[in-house]
Amino acid sequence: MSATVQLLRLAHARSGDKGDTVNVGVIARRPEWYPLLVEALTVDRVKRHFGELVRGPVERFELPNLNALNFLLHEALDGGGTVSLMTDAQGKTFSTAMLRMRIEVPDDVAREVSA
Amino acid sequence: MNRLIRIASGQGFWGDRLDAPIDQVRRGPIDYLVLDYLAEVTMSILQKQRSRNPAEGYARDFVPLMEEILPDLVERNIRVLANAGGVNIAAARDGVLAAARARGLHGRVRVAAVFGDDILDRLPELIARGHELRNMDTGEPLAAVLDRVVSANAYIGAGPMLEALRRGAHIVVTGRSTDTALTYAPMMHAFGWPADAWDHLAAGVVAGHINECGAQATGGNFLGDWQHVPDLADVGFPIIEAHSDGSFVVTKHEGTGGRVSVATVTEQLVYEMGDPREYITPDVIADFTTIRLAQEGPDRVRVSGVRGRPRTDRLKVSIAYRAGWKAVGTLVYAWPDAVEKARAADRILRERLDRLGLRFDEIRTEFVGWNATHGPLAGPPPADLAEVQLRVAVRGQDRAAVERFGREIAPLILTGPPSVTGFAGGRPRPEEIVAYWPALIDRREIEPNLRVEVTEA
Repeated sequence: MSATVQLLRLAHARSGDKGDTVNVGVIARRPEWYPLLVEALTVDRVKRHFGELVRGPVERFELPNLNALNFLLHEALDGGGTVSLMTDAQGKTFSTAMLRMRIEVPDDVAREVSA
Repeated sequence: MNRLIRIASGQGFWGDRLDAPIDQVRRGPIDYLVLDYLAEVTMSILQKQRSRNPAEGYARDFVPLMEEILPDLVERNIRVLANAGGVNIAAARDGVLAAARARGLHGRVRVAAVFGDDILDRLPELIARGHELRNMDTGEPLAAVLDRVVSANAYIGAGPMLEALRRGAHIVVTGRSTDTALTYAPMMHAFGWPADAWDHLAAGVVAGHINECGAQATGGNFLGDWQHVPDLADVGFPIIEAHSDGSFVVTKHEGTGGRVSVATVTEQLVYEMGDPREYITPDVIADFTTIRLAQEGPDRVRVSGVRGRPRTDRLKVSIAYRAGWKAVGTLVYAWPDAVEKARAADRILRERLDRLGLRFDEIRTEFVGWNATHGPLAGPPPADLAEVQLRVAVRGQDRAAVERFGREIAPLILTGPPSVTGFAGGRPRPEEIVAYWPALIDRREIEPNLRVEVTEA
């Protein structure tokens, strides 16, 4: 049995910029939830989630030592740095944009995070 | 021998809390204070300032700070490393020397200045000798924008800072040294690590990455359970308690606010990260997948296990060039139908710009209060939104067109949709875009030219 929960309940995150690329580090709130993130947050899924916000490819790196995944979202900052016209030209809020995603988790985990 | 040194972060960027470095010096024990003033675009801002006034071009906050804390530094034997020199390292150094004399510290303060990172004047010669300085993102050779380049600096590592410390400098002022080297140069000095102690140096890089954004490691900008981070008003900045074996503890002074936990440190570790297996610096490649974290007490996180690999034969170069003009105009629309009104105003504005025959590389519209940060992920606008800020930005090569755009915002108040306000800031002014051009260069072109001068006040 499984249910859908918002990623924000399972993870916290921080994002930043490097040129026109955003990096989003997603960190499991509990070590035992890290495998759920590894399974759910595929490159394809993340690319679909951001849609038109990310024009380039998405890369994913695993950091099991930190219970974290690092994503690079290319061509996401309207040119980046001083060129970008975005309010968030440094990509600081892509972290919480990522955590809007809803993912499937086992029922017991869903019960725990909504308790 | 497992001596311990304390390396305190006093500044996460130019513009960070002015009290932070003073607190680091006065509210507990430290051995080194490191101050990172330079972001990617800072060098170009400093270059602009220097072109207007030859006495400027460095992080101006640095000199009054030194004047304030120099007596504490001397009394408690605390040494300072700062990349405050920007593009006018000598002026920053001279400012510190004058501050030392003003505080009656003649003969008691030695200030080192590190020169040689600035390669602006060498660019034509380097290109002529076959260094294309291709943009790391686009692959384009620098020649395409050479006539518009404003500043060019190589990111340099710990070498010259180490020499300065060996020669007895109390204050080390650099230009574009890397943020992380400010933290691991003291470790190399205190522990006598050789330049090929890759694991130790990589641990130093991790410590530097934790220090380099100030309170971002100690509870600031922390998402985890942000509501419960204590006393951010008095947030303590990070302190690295480093050991000679490369392990270290992240902590902060007792009695300060904020929090040091595995979670707050992890958020900082993933900040601005690329491939975690290859965190490239001038001195070593650090592997962030080898980091081990453990909470060893309240506000104390132990870091160990870091592995590193040999440095590369190239250095990164930070180049800035003029890339056109931009301007941003904003207006605030109130309930009812706030978003509908703002959208109508945006349509009217674009039609007027079009009729004026103005052409831009981009016109971007955001609705602050609804979709400015999360875009389409924010969903449709809430039906009863109390207010929204219309934010329209333009970018183009023609300054006059960008300037003309600025004159079209205020008229919308009397000639567009109703219940609009918020034009107190005046007409948007064109701002020149100084864009960033990252490149790589053979380190043998840079390192023989690095020079350390040590001067006594």
